[in-house]
Amino acid sequence: MSWTRKFLRVNLTSGAITEEALNMQWAHDYLGQRGLATRYLVDEIDPACDALGPDNKMIMTTGPLTGTIASTGGRYSVVCKSPLTGTVACSNSGGFFGAELKFAGWDMIIFEGKAATPMYLSIEDDVATLLPADDLWGKTVWEADKMLRQKHQDPQTKIACVGRSAEEGCLYSAIVNDLHRAAGRSGVGTVMASKNLKAVIVRGTKGLGGIQDPKRFLQVTKDAKKVLADNAVTGQGLPAYGTQVLMNVINEVGALPTRNMRETQFEGASNVGGEAMHEPRKSDGKPNLTTNGACFSCTIACGRISTIDRTHFSVKDKPEYWINSGGLEYEAAWALGPDTGVDDIDALTYVNFLCNEDGMDPISFGSTVAAAMELFETGAITTEQTGGVELKFGSAEALCWAAEMTAKGEGFGIDLGLGSKRLCEKYGKPELSMTVKGQEFPAYDPRGIQGMGLAYATANRGACHLRGYTVASEILGIPEKTDPLESDGKAGLVKAFQDATAAVDSAGLCVFTTFAWTMDDIAPQVDAACEGDWSTERMMEVGERIWNLEKDFNQKAGITGADDTLPERLLKEAANTGPAKGRVNELDKMLPEYYQLRGYSTDGSMTDETRQKWALPS
Amino acid sequence: MQKSLHIDPAKCTGCLQCESACSLVNEGTVNPAKSRIKVFSFHDEGRFVPYTCTQCDEAWCMQACPVDAIVLNPVNGSKDVLSDVCVGCKVCTIACPFGTINYNTSTGKVVKCDLCGGDPECVSACPTQAITYVDANATGLDKMRAWAMKTDNAGA
Repeated sequence: MSWTRKFLRVNLTSGAITEEALNMQWAHDYLGQRGLATRYLVDEIDPACDALGPDNKMIMTTGPLTGTIASTGGRYSVVCKSPLTGTVACSNSGGFFGAELKFAGWDMIIFEGKAATPMYLSIEDDVATLLPADDLWGKTVWEADKMLRQKHQDPQTKIACVGRSAEEGCLYSAIVNDLHRAAGRSGVGTVMASKNLKAVIVRGTKGLGGIQDPKRFLQVTKDAKKVLADNAVTGQGLPAYGTQVLMNVINEVGALPTRNMRETQFEGASNVGGEAMHEPRKSDGKPNLTTNGACFSCTIACGRISTIDRTHFSVKDKPEYWINSGGLEYEAAWALGPDTGVDDIDALTYVNFLCNEDGMDPISFGSTVAAAMELFETGAITTEQTGGVELKFGSAEALCWAAEMTAKGEGFGIDLGLGSKRLCEKYGKPELSMTVKGQEFPAYDPRGIQGMGLAYATANRGACHLRGYTVASEILGIPEKTDPLESDGKAGLVKAFQDATAAVDSAGLCVFTTFAWTMDDIAPQVDAACEGDWSTERMMEVGERIWNLEKDFNQKAGITGADDTLPERLLKEAANTGPAKGRVNELDKMLPEYYQLRGYSTDGSMTDETRQKWALPS
Repeated sequence: MQKSLHIDPAKCTGCLQCESACSLVNEGTVNPAKSRIKVFSFHDEGRFVPYTCTQCDEAWCMQACPVDAIVLNPVNGSKDVLSDVCVGCKVCTIACPFGTINYNTSTGKVVKCDLCGGDPECVSACPTQAITYVDANATGLDKMRAWAMKTDNAGA
């Protein structure tokens, strides 16, 4: 089975906590985690509801392989309606929290309603209790984590928590678990805080049994680990450099969005990439990177554990930041660095610490600062709004200040908490917002990687690299090389990546495994662990069903094909340097074929025929 | 040749594959809470340290046990708990200076590392060779080799 077959329902309005049996029919159709929780969400909320109102629900959900020895089998997701995009939100996190929830005996937790006063949920195996969190409210994630550990006197407890940014309504707040892993995107932390829920703490000592075929599971997971170890990306590149292995690569191919995506190459890229994190610094001879760290069960271990230079202006008077913690991953480093024009690795690491400490999505935060910097340059924002701060591209001081203000939700930080779309609308220049469906772009310029343009435009949670990572094929040649500057043939590629990723997420595995694993490596692991036959074909079918379920939710929430687009800058302003020089994204060439492959109408809407084909709920 | 567990914390990534493997073979479920080897994460220092029983020669736990429930395994040198003899008095957990023998509330017995009878699962599970099973007479071999590498033969 691998599912524990039961979940918790926590009604924050009434305080009632109930145990329910998992709908196994849905588990067979949607596997787990992302897919299964979305099926529950679709069943239980009105897609048109206010994302920050009590009618939205928030589901913390694991997959059947979460808490197993399968490599990377430690993921959980948070599923709800997003306040940033109005679409379905599904944010995936690693660390140890997800596996602990399984060890306590639960596949999911559905939170509904809204508590009258701040609360947190404590789970010790079968016993779940809502407890007052008045003393935790207003505290950072790191402070709250410390207080909860002290109170419960259990160093092994796993904690997921929101920071001050979420409490203050920042629309891209994350839920941070294990101090520096995060369900980062789409404002799932904002939803959690809107329910007056500060934290969830879990201790599981029951363990996870009931693997369908334990002997075969041991063998296939062992074989699959060897595939990861023998692969150059998952066996060498990621452990050594983390996802930051990409910074110089993506800059070279001319797809590193720079200064709010005005340019596609950054002159300071090598100062903030994976290699730079290994360079000894002048002050103490130590490199930025201390070591690599793994999430539960992960044999890749791409996580960065870093320190900030103690003599750096951001922390020289703040010894509390002279510690090791989660360091720069590629997307965060890009948004905080190249996109704002800042090439100071210590400033980036400090801001990354703040994003973890107060639960902000560093991608959306950095991109929003980049938009604000361009607004400042045009004069739409002046020192009047910033309280005297020169919010200029390339200013490390301005970036650090912006992070401190947004983390606390004070002054101009309140504006920055709106996200790029609302900020640019507020200051009269909506065209400067680099977003799709209200969500900020990640770190691949679709003028230099054509397929990513289509992936961004059609992703069910707005601009996102984790919904269809065609970079793997277009740049890294995985599973086979395609030309990044060619839009022809990308519709099929994007669809295949989107469907496969939905299935991988729903299994409880990490999508980074797919640098090495194909579905032929993944399906046998699911098949050995779960009841029923899980072939590669079925996994892809489940992935496509999940994709369409999400799409259908969005359509019911009022999102249309007109929202499947990119900012004009990427469609009309050609890249000015590098291999992509002279190119724009050719979305209009790819979109019609994509809709056809998906079985949508020419305007991008879900058809009854496709809805019936996948037996989606009406 | 008798072998010994050898732990190199510098290689550990904190993935807990060892804890999962240990609990799976000994408890039948993946359950780090019941693992005989534990990985400690020192967050602020950025260090991960696996820790388990060193199989003391004059094992304090064995000497403290009032019912002789802890016995020497002559083949691999491990000190094994005979769970049908153990009465769960926990005296051994007090005697052990390292904390590596512990009481299991679900069975009422103590548990400790027994080297899986000579083929430790944590060793096979570790993806980075932070835990190895090496010649008990030369657990320092890797360190010696590393220092040997640093010697300067230029003047020889």
